[in-house]
Amino acid sequence: MGQITLQDVQKSFGPVHIIKGADLDIADGSFVVFVGPSGCGKTTLLRLIAGLEDVSGGKILIDGKNVVDTPPAKRGLSMVFQSYALYPHMSVRGNIGFGLKMAGLARDEINRKVEAAAATLNLSPYLDRKPRELSGGQRQRVAIGRAIVREPKAFLFDEPLSNLDAALRVQMRIEVTRLQKQLGTTAIYVTHDQVEAMTMADKIVVLNGGKIEQYGSPLELYERPANLFVAGFIGSPKMNFVTGELALQRGAATIGVRPEHLKIERDGGSGWPGTIAVAEHLGSDTFLYVDAGSLGMLTARYIGELSLHAGDRVSLVPDPARIHRFDESGNALRG
Amino acid sequence: MARMATTQRVVISTIGAWFFGFLIFFPILWMVLASFKTELEAFAIPPSFLFFHWTTENYATVQERSDYFHHAMNSIIIAGGSTLIALLIAIPAAWSMAFSPTKRTKDILLWMLSTKMMPPVGVLVPIYLIFKTFGLLDSRIGLVFILCLGNLPIVIWMLFTYFKEIPRDILEAARMDGATIGRELIYVLTPMAIPGLASTMLLNLILAWNEAFWTLNLTTSNAAPLTTFIASYSSPEGLFWAKLSAASTLAIAPILVLGWFSQKQLVRGLTFGAVK
Repeated sequence: MGQITLQDVQKSFGPVHIIKGADLDIADGSFVVFVGPSGCGKTTLLRLIAGLEDVSGGKILIDGKNVVDTPPAKRGLSMVFQSYALYPHMSVRGNIGFGLKMAGLARDEINRKVEAAAATLNLSPYLDRKPRELSGGQRQRVAIGRAIVREPKAFLFDEPLSNLDAALRVQMRIEVTRLQKQLGTTAIYVTHDQVEAMTMADKIVVLNGGKIEQYGSPLELYERPANLFVAGFIGSPKMNFVTGELALQRGAATIGVRPEHLKIERDGGSGWPGTIAVAEHLGSDTFLYVDAGSLGMLTARYIGELSLHAGDRVSLVPDPARIHRFDESGNALRG
Repeated sequence: MARMATTQRVVISTIGAWFFGFLIFFPILWMVLASFKTELEAFAIPPSFLFFHWTTENYATVQERSDYFHHAMNSIIIAGGSTLIALLIAIPAAWSMAFSPTKRTKDILLWMLSTKMMPPVGVLVPIYLIFKTFGLLDSRIGLVFILCLGNLPIVIWMLFTYFKEIPRDILEAARMDGATIGRELIYVLTPMAIPGLASTMLLNLILAWNEAFWTLNLTTSNAAPLTTFIASYSSPEGLFWAKLSAASTLAIAPILVLGWFSQKQLVRGLTFGAVK
């Protein structure tokens, strides 16, 4: 079991209010990603759950029990750190088995569990090596091994893939997701990379300035962002925002259209006219950055190759069903 | 062309390095050579470099006139004892400052270091009187005490720099793994800090071994270490270069050997934190 509930969790460092009252319900076995810009409090929130920081107010319940006064080791959670945080003087075996040794398990049992975890992570040939003799990806696997071997109620991941190169990151992303599904253990994963968030999560928590902006499934966040911040943060490239007359006509202060929901017509079309400032041709996609006069710079995405270049005149037609509307305070308007 | 320039530069800098190395080493070499000369040859102008009458009589005279082993034993006890006590005090001090720093930690460190800026002779009279009152003059325990206090700021400072380099994440990982503070110390921190502890210990040993101000002023015979042993050869009766050199060679030999075998640790210790 690994059901985690936050009730009005607060955290201040001196006069600085980092977490301003977080309420959250994380179901057993789900994969939840905390995402947000740097300094939004996502890592702090994770550390509060881990017990590495003390809360300034509120409750953290793990399987219904308030753990705010419980030391980290007794919360039954395990954590994977951004820097891997392996013990440099211990072998891979020693690193993975350290938690079990601290728990007072017999040596045979430790060995059996360590070897099982190593086999799951393809680390068996490296058990007797020291961390410095391993590649970045292997070190990351050892850190994950150390987390899974203790059979915790939940895994906490603090930007675990950010030190890996791009190709390895994609591979490890898939491995972590698969491993979590296979074990069925609750996982909380912190990242600033919204692609990681979208691809890995069952549910995403978008944080900004110490507040939870929205909590929902990746597609829910994409299709029905609760406010301007979530709308701008989720999706790549970023959503286009238009204010002024065009927004007022639709009864909103701001309207937003995602780049993939703008139809690109050559000059003379019925949409928003503009001049291409930059055209990016990726083969699979074409991104156009269009200077649309009073509307500002708009980004449009075309699936496939489109032979348009900088300086060409185009007209952008938004898909009427996919226009997001926001009020003055930035909250989404529905209906 | 570029390669030529590089080779040339390597050759020049190698020659330069050897030259300056030799320049720095020369006094020691000269001292060792002089210790094998007769008193007359040690004075001779122009000096003879290698072609003189080699003799070991200076060493025999030195051992005969003043007991080398007595002084060496004193040096070992004083340097070893002061290092051990300094480490026992410095480890917890540096530990707490590195892992739970407060607003004042930096100031405390600077204040500690600033005590090293004061010339020892400034406090000679009060220290001498305190030693006299407590009967510590010419005692090993007194010297252990004063050298330990003298080197403590440097020891704390060095250990602090070492401990600071141990990533916090690793300690937190150990905490998540269920290690208590005691076990965290035994299984994680101490093994990681051993290189730092070793080089701090070595440096302190060398500093204490070579310390001449307090050892000369606070001892006469009983607790006199090797520094006093050397000094006794620059006497009012006139300088005996050859014997003085023999005494000095004997005095630096143990620490030189120790330094030679631990040079890797020493260099690492002294440059630690300077280069990431």
